[in-house]
Amino acid sequence: MQISRRDTLLMGLGAAVAAAIPVRAAANADAAIEAFTGGAQAGAEGITLIAPEIAENGNNVPVSVEAPGAEVITIFTTANPEATVGTFSFGPLSGVQLASTRIRLAETQDVIAIAKMADGSFLRASQEVKVTIGGCGG
Amino acid sequence: MENVRARVRVPREAAAGETVEIKTLINHPMESGHRRDGDGNLVPRSIINRFTCEFNGEVVMDVAMQPSISTNPYFEFFAVVPESGTFTFTWYDDDGDVYTETKDIAVS
Repeated sequence: MQISRRDTLLMGLGAAVAAAIPVRAAANADAAIEAFTGGAQAGAEGITLIAPEIAENGNNVPVSVEAPGAEVITIFTTANPEATVGTFSFGPLSGVQLASTRIRLAETQDVIAIAKMADGSFLRASQEVKVTIGGCGG
Repeated sequence: MENVRARVRVPREAAAGETVEIKTLINHPMESGHRRDGDGNLVPRSIINRFTCEFNGEVVMDVAMQPSISTNPYFEFFAVVPESGTFTFTWYDDDGDVYTETKDIAVS
């Protein structure tokens, strides 16, 4: 097949447009959460997520999550380029299943914490954080 | 990566079976791989991707870290100390470097 100069230009344009379309991040988060829970329903009791309602600086947002009896807690975001923020696995010597860290938020969005309990069930908590100046260098 | 310095706060002493608070901070740019430099080129990802805390060889906490963790990753969590011993903190860098820090605690 002959590839003309015009075709080459069009292909380049198409690639540029495809690269410019922002990743549909909310769908991203749903997929990441489903990969973690296997599609199981998550309860809401017994998990506490603490995040600010308004974050002036999206580069550094303090987040704390506690779920007594959890084996693993994963934090997700709905509008960051990568939905998963971090996965905390609690070992036999973890005293309280609580972890605090600081995360980046690209824009106003929901922060979601999902805990996998020892019996295999899941708990979910979420909170919207309004971001004044986005993180991720966007 | 050079000039990475970890700081850890652990109580010096505790009662047997007590739950103690641990705070860790390590200086690292956590380059997300989504940021562009002045010329519009993507800055390649370079982060710490895993952090672990063990006490006398038993796991307290194991964190899988993604680029959404802020610059200079900070963690606060709790550990049960059954006896005197040593906490070992380990950070794993994308570039293959491993940073470790240890803290002793006296349990009475």
